[in-house]
Amino acid sequence: MSATAVAPRLLGVRRRRLGVLLALLASVAVAVVLSVTIGSKSVPLADAWHALTAPTGSENDLVIRSLRLPRTALGVLAGLALGVAGALMQGHTRNPLADPGLLGVTQGAAFAMVASIILLGASTLLTYIWYGLAGALVASVAVFALGMVGGRGGPTPVTLALAGTAVSALLYALTSALVLLDEQAMDVFRFWQAGSIASRGADVVWQVLPFVVAGLVLALVNAPGLNALSLGEDVARSLGQNIPLTRTIGIAAVTLLSGAAVAACGSLAFVGLIVPHLARPLSGTDHRWLLPYSGLIGAALLLTADVIGRVVAPPGELEVGVVLALLGAPFFVFLVRRRKPVRL
Amino acid sequence: MRLQAAGVKLGYGDRVIVDGLDLGIEAGTVTTIIGPNGCGKSTLLRALGRLLKPQGGEVLLDGKRIDRIPTREVAKILGVLPQAPSAPEGLTVADLVARGRHPHQTWYRQWSSDDEGAVAAALDMTGLADLAERPLDELSGGQRQRAWISMALAQGTDLLLLDEPTTFLDLAHQVEVLELVRHLHQEAGRTVVMVLHDLNLAARYADRLVAMRSGRVIASGAPHEVLTEELLREVFELDAKVIADPVAGTPLVVPIGTLSRG
Repeated sequence: MSATAVAPRLLGVRRRRLGVLLALLASVAVAVVLSVTIGSKSVPLADAWHALTAPTGSENDLVIRSLRLPRTALGVLAGLALGVAGALMQGHTRNPLADPGLLGVTQGAAFAMVASIILLGASTLLTYIWYGLAGALVASVAVFALGMVGGRGGPTPVTLALAGTAVSALLYALTSALVLLDEQAMDVFRFWQAGSIASRGADVVWQVLPFVVAGLVLALVNAPGLNALSLGEDVARSLGQNIPLTRTIGIAAVTLLSGAAVAACGSLAFVGLIVPHLARPLSGTDHRWLLPYSGLIGAALLLTADVIGRVVAPPGELEVGVVLALLGAPFFVFLVRRRKPVRL
Repeated sequence: MRLQAAGVKLGYGDRVIVDGLDLGIEAGTVTTIIGPNGCGKSTLLRALGRLLKPQGGEVLLDGKRIDRIPTREVAKILGVLPQAPSAPEGLTVADLVARGRHPHQTWYRQWSSDDEGAVAAALDMTGLADLAERPLDELSGGQRQRAWISMALAQGTDLLLLDEPTTFLDLAHQVEVLELVRHLHQEAGRTVVMVLHDLNLAARYADRLVAMRSGRVIASGAPHEVLTEELLREVFELDAKVIADPVAGTPLVVPIGTLSRG
C-alpha cells in the first residue's frame, strides 16, 4: 500500500462504523417497541401509537402512558448509563473484568437508602432514590480520595480497585447490620437488590435524567484521552495528555452514570461488566466508537431482558436483574471460553 | 541547544538516583546514553521527556522550562518512546500510528488531511505501509518496534527520545531499528536521544556518546573519544580491549572479564 492508499481505507472503516452505529440504534428502537407493547397486558402497536399521540383515557392509554413508557425510558437510560460506565471503567483500569461497581457506587447507594429509611424516616421511592444517588456519589468520591493516597499525581487503577473493594466491603457490612433492625428497610433493600425498572414513575425518569446526560457528555469528552491512556501512562503523557485530569473526568462520568442507574434500578452492574465485551468486536479498540456502541447495546440488552422477564413467568414477572443474571452469566462464561479475554 | 538538563536532581520519592546533572543536546545530532544497569540513564531520559518531574534543577526545551510549556505543546516538539510500551490487543498498526496524531487533535476536530498525510508518511518511512492493517500482536518484535517508532514519527516532532528501542530484539532486528533511526536523522533531520545497552551498536550509530555511572556523567563526546579501555574500566568495571570496527571504523569493544567479580 502506498502513501495515498491509506485514505480510502480509513474512509471505508468510518463508513462501516457508522453502519454498525445505525444498526445498533435500530435494535434499540425495536427493543423500545417491544417494551411498550409486550407485557402482562399486550397492547397492539396501533393502540400504543394512539396512546402516545392522541390519548383518550382508555385502559390501554393508561397502561402505556403511566407504566410502560416510564419503564421503557428508565430501561434505555439505565442501559445507556451502565454500558458506557462499564466501557469507561474497563478502559481506565485496563482490566477486562472491571465493572462500575468497583468504585463502590452499588454499596454506597444501598447503604444510603437503608440508612435513610431507618435513621431519617424516608418513606417514598423518590426520596430513597435521592439518598441512593447521594450515597453512590459520596462512596465514589471516598474511593477516589483513598485511591489518591497511594498514587503519584492521581489515583492509579490498582489503588482505586483496592480502595473500592475496601469501601464496598465496609458499606456492605453496615447495610447488612442495619437491615436486620428494620423490616421496612429490609423489604426495600431486598427489592432494590434484585434490580428492576418496573413501578418507577415518570418522576424517577426525570430525577435521574440530568445525571445520565451529564455523565454521557463527560464520557464522550473522555474518549480521545482514554485512547491515549490505553497505550500506557508514559506514552499518553508523551502524546500530551493530562493524565490526572483524564482520570478525574472518567471517574466522574462513571460515578454519575452508574450512580444514577444503580440508585434508580438497583444493582444491575452486571450490564457494565458484560456489555463492553459485546461491543469491542464491533468497535475495535477506539473508545470514540466503543463508548457509544456499549451504551446502545446496554440499552437494547436491558430492555430485552426486561421484556423477557415480563412474559416468562405469567401471571407474575421476573425482575430484570434476575433475568440478566440468569441469561448473562452463562453467556459470559461462553464468551470467555470461546475467545480468551482481551488484554486491554 | 534544543534540550538541556541543568543541575537536575531525579528520583522516586526518597530514593535519589541522579543529583546535580548537566547535559545539553545539540540540534540535529544522535546522542546515545550508555552505562551499567541502574546508573540512571532511563531516569534521565524520562526527565528530558517530562515524564518525570525533577526534584531539583530544571529541564529546558528550546531555552524554556519544559514544565512551564503546556504538555500538548511539548508533544508537538518532542516525542518520547518509553521502554517496552504495550498496546491493547487487536490494535492495528494503522490505528497505533494514527494515535500519534493525538496532540494535533481536539475533541471537536478528530481527523484532518494533515493527520492523514502524517500517518501515511510515517508508515512509508518505517516500511510498514503493507502491514498497516495487521494487528500489532501478530507482528515480529522488530516490526512492532518499528510500528511504535512510526507512531512517534506521526506525532511530527523533530526531537525524539527513545528508551532502549532495541530491547528484546535479536541482532538483525536491532540493526534494522538503528538503521531506521539513522535514516530519520540523516534524511529527515531529526534530533535523537536514545538509551542503548549494546556498546558496539551505540558507537556505530551515535554522533555523541554520554557515559553515565551512579547518576553522574563520566564522559561525553564522539564515540572514539568516549569508548576507551580506561572508561570501560571506570564505568562498567569491565576489562576489555577496544579495537577499530573493521566495517565502520568506530570503536569495537572486546570484553576480557569483569574487574570486581572476576
